[in-house]
Amino acid sequence: MKPERALASNIRRALNRFVRHRRALFGVVMLLVLVIATFPIPVFLDVDPNAIDLAGRLTPPGARHLFGTDNLGRDYLARCLYGGRISLGVGFVAMTIAVMVGTSVGATAGYFGAAIDSFLMRSVDLFISLPLFFMILIAQMILRPSIVNVMMIIGLTTWMGVARIVRGEVLAQRSRDYVTAARALGNSPSRIILRHVLPNVVGPLTVVATLNVASAILVESALSFLGLGVQPPEASWGSMVSGAQTRMFLAPWVAIFPGVMLSLTVVSFNFIGDGLRDALDPRTERRT
Amino acid sequence: MHRVIFRRLLISVPLLLLVSILSFYILRLAPGDPVRVYLAMPFDQASPELIARTRAALGLDRPLYAQYLRWLGGAVTGNLGNSLMTRRPVSTIIGETLPNTLRLMGFALAIAVTLGVSLGMLSAVRPDSKLDLALSITTYVGNSIPAFWSGLMLVFIFGVWLNWLPTVGMASLQHAGNPLLDRAAHLVLPVATLAFQDIVVWLRYQRNSLLEVLGEDYIRTARAKGLSNVTVLLRHAWKNSLISVITLLGYTLPRLLTGAYIVETIFSWPGMGRLSVDAIYQRDYPIIMALLLVSSTLVVLGNLLADVGYALADPRVRYEA
Repeated sequence: MKPERALASNIRRALNRFVRHRRALFGVVMLLVLVIATFPIPVFLDVDPNAIDLAGRLTPPGARHLFGTDNLGRDYLARCLYGGRISLGVGFVAMTIAVMVGTSVGATAGYFGAAIDSFLMRSVDLFISLPLFFMILIAQMILRPSIVNVMMIIGLTTWMGVARIVRGEVLAQRSRDYVTAARALGNSPSRIILRHVLPNVVGPLTVVATLNVASAILVESALSFLGLGVQPPEASWGSMVSGAQTRMFLAPWVAIFPGVMLSLTVVSFNFIGDGLRDALDPRTERRT
Repeated sequence: MHRVIFRRLLISVPLLLLVSILSFYILRLAPGDPVRVYLAMPFDQASPELIARTRAALGLDRPLYAQYLRWLGGAVTGNLGNSLMTRRPVSTIIGETLPNTLRLMGFALAIAVTLGVSLGMLSAVRPDSKLDLALSITTYVGNSIPAFWSGLMLVFIFGVWLNWLPTVGMASLQHAGNPLLDRAAHLVLPVATLAFQDIVVWLRYQRNSLLEVLGEDYIRTARAKGLSNVTVLLRHAWKNSLISVITLLGYTLPRLLTGAYIVETIFSWPGMGRLSVDAIYQRDYPIIMALLLVSSTLVVLGNLLADVGYALADPRVRYEA
């Protein structure tokens, strides 16, 4: 069989396994709905999440306001959708930063080995043994809370898992014949890592990346809940739940809706991540 | 074994030193003058002499490394300085709040380990049963619901709607009934919130590691010898599955600590987590430094505990000592 065809059939088999993974499929559908609902739909419907209607404060969910209104009479569905943009956006950008940093560190450590490897991996150990959440809180205090800072800080504190996995994979690939061949042809280490080794690591990397989005969204929401994340007038699901704390006795929906959307999003990413793992690595395939 | 513990402890000293140096320098980069926090009045109302005198009194006019050495010298003798806001000794404040947090974490950990391990075993004994499926869905839910939200929902359901349990603080101000029961009632919701997140982690670990062990050849051998199911499960399989479960101890302490910030904020629990959030809002640097040190120590201890447990459970593990 030609190599391309072998690759194609591998991908098809993985895809098959993924589609038969019911939870993963649920995650994909759920996430698609959420992304479409939070990104394009509010633009087309032209709803204003900041339109204040003091006469209609804390209206319960009904035909006019599907999710009810908040304490300023703002339509809560619109606010939940716009809040989701920020939560999802922070999750994706933070994950991208974590993947870039983690891949660089992990690939360098795994490829060069020896002293470089032990230095980099000891640094990873050191990073993991820090009270990271407290440090994120302090960093937010020093840098002044803003969305950009939230993304950067979360990305720069969640790359260690990625680094460990990439290092392990690169270490396993390093002694393969194709790497020796590439080296014999006079390729530079960076070219070998980027063009030859990393494409073989994409599978496990996708799995951690997906799970990382979930954890980044959770960290962002916890920060915003404590008031050290996204700042008003911008709102994310976390800061909306935070604002709902004092009002949920009168108007429980202001606490319930953003929390449900947040949990559904995180569950979807976790489902997809596990589905990808089972699809890409048939050894761990479990009967579901 | 003693040498392992000793060596690990020895390694943690430079680690903690490094953390404290880094945090000391980073904290001083923060905008905002500690003198301003200390004086608690706008600078234009304070005379330049007063500002200069306060700065000198706090030792803030000296070079940064000298300030750090002074702090370190105090820290090793148990003097962590005074809080800028309340001007009380930091060690006293930590001494008041740390036990409250440890109590919360201790109960949560005990419940998480007991429930997580036993449910994980049930799950692994009958994989793909209805119970296993239900527990696996619970695991996903527990991993995906943020603690601040599940905590608030518990407050809403049990505190407001059913009005069964108290939701604020550690004890009622005026309480006619049994004070012990009152304190216990105050513990239920915060501990439940904190434990729920951890139960599912222990559950999944125990399930997967026991499933893996149950697939090994020696288990078939043990069964073939005619040993009872219970003996095989407990003596042969479970004991071995614990090896990987124990490593969780190292991850669980930082997780519980993170949870404490959230849970203590929701339930107005007078512990370290809430103190941290308050100190950060008020830029109370001596308190922040002390809290960093205490939480780093807790995390380091957690890792140590995991290493020791690992070595105890698996005789094959030999640390080069």
